[in-house]
Amino acid sequence: MKRWLADPLIWTGLALVLLVIFMPALKPLFAVLFPDQDRPLFEQDSFINLTLAHIGLVAASSAISIVVGVTLALFVTRPAGREFRPLVETVVATGQTFPPVAVLAVAVPLIGFGAMPALIALALYGLLPVTEATVAAIEQVPAGAREAARGIGMSPAGRLRQIELPLAAPVILAGIRTSVIINIGTAAIASTVGAKTLGLPIIIGLSGFNTAYVVQGAIVVGLLAVVTDLAFDRLGGLLDRWKRDDVAASA
Amino acid sequence: MLKNRVLLVLIVVGLAAAASLSFVTHAPNRLLSGQGVSWAVVLGAGRWLALLPALPLVVGPFLPQRRAAHLLIAVSASALAAALLWLAGDVAIRLADPSTPSARTAFGGAFWLIEAVVALAAADAVQRGISNPAARIGFGAALILPMLALIGGGAIDQLSIMKEYANRREVFATAVATHLAIVGAMLLPTLGIGLPLGVLVDRRARLRRPVFAILNIIQTVPSIALFGLLIAPLAGLVALAPFLRQLGISGIGVTPAIIALTLYSLLPIVRSTAAGLEQVPSAVVDAATGMGMTPAQVFRRVEIPLALPVVVAGLRVTIVQAVGLTAVAALIGAGGLGAIIFQGLNGSAIDLVLLGVVPLVAIAITADVALKLAVTMLRMRSG
Repeated sequence: MKRWLADPLIWTGLALVLLVIFMPALKPLFAVLFPDQDRPLFEQDSFINLTLAHIGLVAASSAISIVVGVTLALFVTRPAGREFRPLVETVVATGQTFPPVAVLAVAVPLIGFGAMPALIALALYGLLPVTEATVAAIEQVPAGAREAARGIGMSPAGRLRQIELPLAAPVILAGIRTSVIINIGTAAIASTVGAKTLGLPIIIGLSGFNTAYVVQGAIVVGLLAVVTDLAFDRLGGLLDRWKRDDVAASA
Repeated sequence: MLKNRVLLVLIVVGLAAAASLSFVTHAPNRLLSGQGVSWAVVLGAGRWLALLPALPLVVGPFLPQRRAAHLLIAVSASALAAALLWLAGDVAIRLADPSTPSARTAFGGAFWLIEAVVALAAADAVQRGISNPAARIGFGAALILPMLALIGGGAIDQLSIMKEYANRREVFATAVATHLAIVGAMLLPTLGIGLPLGVLVDRRARLRRPVFAILNIIQTVPSIALFGLLIAPLAGLVALAPFLRQLGISGIGVTPAIIALTLYSLLPIVRSTAAGLEQVPSAVVDAATGMGMTPAQVFRRVEIPLALPVVVAGLRVTIVQAVGLTAVAALIGAGGLGAIIFQGLNGSAIDLVLLGVVPLVAIAITADVALKLAVTMLRMRSG
């Protein structure tokens, strides 16, 4: 019971869910905090809808980033793709110096306004940290482990599945975490190009000088990012423990 | 036979882009989307000769992998990139008609993709041909000069992005100056707080976890949310203490931008400062102490010089990140290149968006390359 109460993931998660569901009930509070505003609560769309749309956009783009990024990284760390590694590393390093806003803004002339350019921009941008982390993760698998697996007659596919990927998993997860957190932030900015996300109250509030809208959107999206980060932290811990147990069991 | 598969793949991608997308587009005005201009028009009347630098690239995959071949490919790529820019500018000049001043000729998808592929071919060739990191950066920077000369010489003045620039020369200059000023102003509090905090974290291991936990949470919060959350408290503060308004402080504009940028910058600076000090070998510190140096002398003459490359590497991350975040700060009225981008997005004026995006990316990449060079030179000096 005490451990449960001290867990920041549980209480921030709970705060997020309650805030999203009961935001309309807080209208009187915002009316007091922002007495100058005629409309102290963002009501053009419900926060439940906005949050689900935001999560949907980030989940879809991150799924693409993860699948493509891990595949690309595995390709350039195999003997067949090794020649492409400097090229991929150049693209990944240069791409990450591109500001997310720039990637988002450039997607619009190519694809148009709405959720689609946001999805593609987020997926492309999110690809970079995943690829970078996966290449680094595979590289740091001890040569001894690879040699031992080869020595007991494992096939290249078996070595990848049973040795390289499990040993690389924590670092890959860290890359995915970076990618998802960046995407949550970029998705918020994506409401400037017409995607429905939690950035919408912020953008409308900023252009209409309604600070109450800005605060509502900012708190929810900020909490969403913090909760996601804490969840990844927990996942990383579980992965480490599982890896240790696994090693202990096989020893 | 086939010696360089990377270059071959790049060539195939470039040719596919040339075949499927338009090189430049032409539209009756800046808000309508344009019609593609055919390659026959772009390359007509002997202009295809400008593409001759493409020849070494096309045979490149089959050349022996020697230094001379790599350098030939890099130089050809540079010439080809400039030639493509000239061709685009040249079409725009030919299509320009004084009777329809609002007509626009803009870069098409094929232009951007082929230029990207050519740049990657050059980068790959430089990586294969030159091993010294500082020489790589210097040579790579020299490869951009022909394009800069063309732009400076007015070869693309009839293209839509340059027309937007001509219409907004002063707004643009102010935006670039504001952007750089915000990034520069952010450095003062960032270094003033970040460096001492990094040293403190290195000296007091107990502080490590809580400090990084807090900085990590700040880094996690989306930029637009952090900017937004600063508005209300700052506005309240100014209402309570009106003299702050005379200092130029307010809830929107540059003040919240610099505060938010500083908050974001603390994590990379503190982390790199602590990491830089940590990797100083304790044997070196012991030797310096043994020679009779005081702790202050050890810090100044041994630890700082040895930690510097890592700290500057963290500064690189900080500055590149701040250049991008400053664009978002335009949403809270801080100005800068983001203001041009968002104005373009609001008005569906794509050329205006590009007028903000292209220099934004150029600044970010320049800062990245310059600081990478600084790190390399510091490492060479101390190594």
